[in-house]
Amino acid sequence: MGMTIAEKILARASGRERVAAGDLVTVKVDTVVLFDNNFMPSIWQEVLKLEHPERVVVIMDHRVPAPTIQSAGAHRTARRFVEKFGIARFHDVGATQGICHQVVADQGYALPGTVLVCSDSHTCSAGAFNCIARGVGGPDVMYAATKGETWFRVGATVRYELTGALRNGVTAKDVFLHIAGSYGEHATQNIEFGGPALAGLSISARKTLATMGAELSCEFATFEADTALADYLRTCGKSEIAAVHPDADADYFGVRTIDLDTLEPLVALPDSVLENSRPISEVAGTRIDQAFIGSCANGTLDDLELAARVLSGRKVSSKTRLIVTPASQQVYLHALRSGVIAKLAEAGAVITNPTCGACGGGHMGVLGPDEVCITASTRNFKGRMGDPSARIYMASPATVAASAVTGVITHPGKFLN
Amino acid sequence: MKFTARVWKFPDNINTDLILPNRAFYLTPEEQVKFVFSANRPGWVDLVQPGDILIGGRNFGMGSSRPAARSLRNLKLGCLVAESINGLFFRNSVNFGFPALECRGIEAAFEEGEVAEVSFDDYTVRNQRSGAVLTAEPLPETLKRLMQAGGLFPLLEAEGYLAAKAV
Repeated sequence: MGMTIAEKILARASGRERVAAGDLVTVKVDTVVLFDNNFMPSIWQEVLKLEHPERVVVIMDHRVPAPTIQSAGAHRTARRFVEKFGIARFHDVGATQGICHQVVADQGYALPGTVLVCSDSHTCSAGAFNCIARGVGGPDVMYAATKGETWFRVGATVRYELTGALRNGVTAKDVFLHIAGSYGEHATQNIEFGGPALAGLSISARKTLATMGAELSCEFATFEADTALADYLRTCGKSEIAAVHPDADADYFGVRTIDLDTLEPLVALPDSVLENSRPISEVAGTRIDQAFIGSCANGTLDDLELAARVLSGRKVSSKTRLIVTPASQQVYLHALRSGVIAKLAEAGAVITNPTCGACGGGHMGVLGPDEVCITASTRNFKGRMGDPSARIYMASPATVAASAVTGVITHPGKFLN
Repeated sequence: MKFTARVWKFPDNINTDLILPNRAFYLTPEEQVKFVFSANRPGWVDLVQPGDILIGGRNFGMGSSRPAARSLRNLKLGCLVAESINGLFFRNSVNFGFPALECRGIEAAFEEGEVAEVSFDDYTVRNQRSGAVLTAEPLPETLKRLMQAGGLFPLLEAEGYLAAKAV
């Protein structure tokens, strides 16, 4: 029996001929990403020794610029750590700031066949780059940072074979909502994305899907490599890549084919994204107080461009507010230069600096009691974005932008003709 | 390692935002425990007694990597037994020294308030009232030792990688 992409990478990283579901493996970690939360006083312990400082990347993202004295203190601790160990890859508040998973994408830090860890659950985002990447939590990320290794339980792999092409107004987020709605959680499993539709999915779209793997509770969400990926990584200055392909006789837990042509825009009802997706028609007309587009899942250039297409020549309803948070300073700059930011701002959107912001309810758009929000971000959990009585619907940036225009949950179709 | 105590039941897909909401982010770990399940079960932290056992459904602890397992440990709960445990939450359980086991059929085997006997030696869970005994998934020895020793931070301190926590 052959191996899946995740199994091949795990085998190589653990120095084994092969691995199979059920194995517990110790692997060498190629890249360790630390971010501001890791330096908060409630968790931080001063590091005395780092085996491989060259493998460590530090990115300020969850709370930037510092909204509180505690955050400012954490940022200060991070800067001292970076200086102490001579960390070259440091993304402080400034020119290359951004949500860590977007910065990893912008800089080409995640390469095919490698292992990347970070404490944050959405680290699986880097699976778009044909690597295995996983959020491991605060203690394990410090173990990986100091010692250069970590452990994984090898899970069975579910392969999603994508065919066809997305119709106008249907996005990678809707593909996720379809998977989460139809199949629910994928705990202990790896997800592998491939198939002929891949060629039509941008790197941003792949990143959205890989990021949302965290919401399916999978171990790893990994994409097949193709020429589009190689081309993208070349623009990041990475020309030598070693793509990992699954064996023809790889042992999958299941192979599920999704014809993208058949998908429609979906909305997840509040409190959970698992088995909770509905056609927009079921909730159309629900009044919203806030619309949000951002996060490591939906703050990409694709997402901002799509929102601008919906909003171009239109206005955000006076009954609601639209907050747009580019995922990184690089995304922000591209969107500025192409006129996307102007279109959003002219429509009445508030553009924030790149940060995790409203997605986690930390700052930049916290919800009040009983408010209703439609969000293109990562989670719609109760209390996630602010007061526990707030209700959070999740959808694509197109659906969120259309809903911002009308002030009620709205199908984006007629705004994109 | 054995626990005998009253059980509290929670449904499938309990997420870590419910255990450690963002509202508690800037508080000390000791203060954060007051917010455990405050959105979905207000007042619960005042009812729970040290040593009590949590019974969960499928995919317990899904979502964010935040140190939610530390809050359950600091709440002085005995342990968690769930139908299945989210992979990231499980790592944090091991690494913060909060005992946790996966056990198929656990939800159906207990009513809230009944007393469970949980053994991490032979991986059995017994309902004292009904007498039913379930077998849990054994933990890999290395992870069990780490969990029992209080998790990763004490280990990294002992090996000279991290300074002791400033008090």
